[in-house]
Amino acid sequence: MLAVDVEKRLGEFSIAVRFETAAGVTALFGPSGAGKTTLVNMIAGLVAPDRGRIMLADAVLFDSAQRIDVPAHRRRIGYVFQEGRLFPHLSVAGNLDYGRRMCGLAPDRAKMARIVDLLDLGHLTDRRTGKLSGGERQRVAVGRALLMRPRLLLLDEPLASLDAARKREILPYLERLRDEVGIPMVYVSHHAGELRRIATSVVRLDAGHVAAMGGRELLDAADADAV
Amino acid sequence: MLDLTPDEWIAIRLSLKIAIVATIVALPFGIAVAWVLARKNFWGKTLIDGVVHLPLVLPPVVTGYLLLISFGRRGLIGAFLADHFGIVFSFRWTGAALACGIMGFPLLVRPIRLAIEAIDRRLEDAAATLGANRIWVFLTITLPLALPGLIAGFVLCFAKALGEFGATITFVANIPGETQTISAAIYTFTQIPGGDAAAGRLVLVAIVIALAALVASEWLAQRAGLRFHGE
Repeated sequence: MLAVDVEKRLGEFSIAVRFETAAGVTALFGPSGAGKTTLVNMIAGLVAPDRGRIMLADAVLFDSAQRIDVPAHRRRIGYVFQEGRLFPHLSVAGNLDYGRRMCGLAPDRAKMARIVDLLDLGHLTDRRTGKLSGGERQRVAVGRALLMRPRLLLLDEPLASLDAARKREILPYLERLRDEVGIPMVYVSHHAGELRRIATSVVRLDAGHVAAMGGRELLDAADADAV
Repeated sequence: MLDLTPDEWIAIRLSLKIAIVATIVALPFGIAVAWVLARKNFWGKTLIDGVVHLPLVLPPVVTGYLLLISFGRRGLIGAFLADHFGIVFSFRWTGAALACGIMGFPLLVRPIRLAIEAIDRRLEDAAATLGANRIWVFLTITLPLALPGLIAGFVLCFAKALGEFGATITFVANIPGETQTISAAIYTFTQIPGGDAAAGRLVLVAIVIALAALVASEWLAQRAGLRFHGE
């Protein structure tokens, strides 16, 4: 599905990562400072690797040898940021519809209704984003990314800014997403408990390198030797 | 009440026309310059920044004189525009609008630049991942988020253009019905015996227009602010 083989130097820190994912939810797991966010930014096209190659299915997104670097706006990769990054000047509905408009897709009421229903956003659509709770903001951010019909969905610590109760509120939505929508996902987190519920495979990162790849058992191992 | 003579009305209408045209024409240039100064780093940026601010610190007469020798009939640019496009600035209201636009330009650019600098660029990244190319990011994210700065810059430039005197009178003189704005008319009335009443009336008009512009901008800025904070 997604094949990543990239290198990037950032001052003293360097990232050299190589992994492939299948469909389902791939967890990018590791302590903070392991280079997880930089890595998803490279997949999204917001940061250019120094060297390497990123493929999504048959499409080359980045290839330093062939000098290919598809700009972010043409990658069709949905990205849910840690802080939501909802557009403050647009309503919830305007945010949800933004990707569809920018990608030049025809309005699709059925799809909109399905996502709004899946994420329970029906009562929010007319609101401004400033008054939403943290959990609501992240659900809108997920909906906004899904409605551009992405080929891949990146979630970068989508629950990190939420308290425990809010996390429990959002996780079921993400599980439904995995089971009902069928878009491959890369889910970044340093929290094993969260990933245990959502991930189908795990890539463990440490200090800019892949420490291990495999199934959910990696999360248990990590928990055992967690500091 | 105010009993304005037809000549005074002409000066008022002319002032408004010149200020509105100057500000509207300057706006797209102001946005472009503000964006470049806020976002780009290049060799000579300080120089560009200085040139943009020059009308603010130079004596207005100097700016007017520079306009006269460059945009006048025999000026390099003025002669070119007149010969090839039939555009004449000297001693026309269009010249007054040019002088006012240039004098107001630094006041237009500064708030827009500050507003653009204050925008969270991560929102622009988010828009890019949602499929917006650079032009759409600018039109749908940057510009609307900079709206309060745009309003502030527009009003400041308009106010400056409305009151501009030195550069305008130096460049296009003081011709009733063509280049005589409220300021120039007030000046003229104070120079002739018995002109005090007329000058006083125009002074009142100038105060009313300035206050109205301030109130309007405050109202617009509040509305724009409310949109962001979700009422």
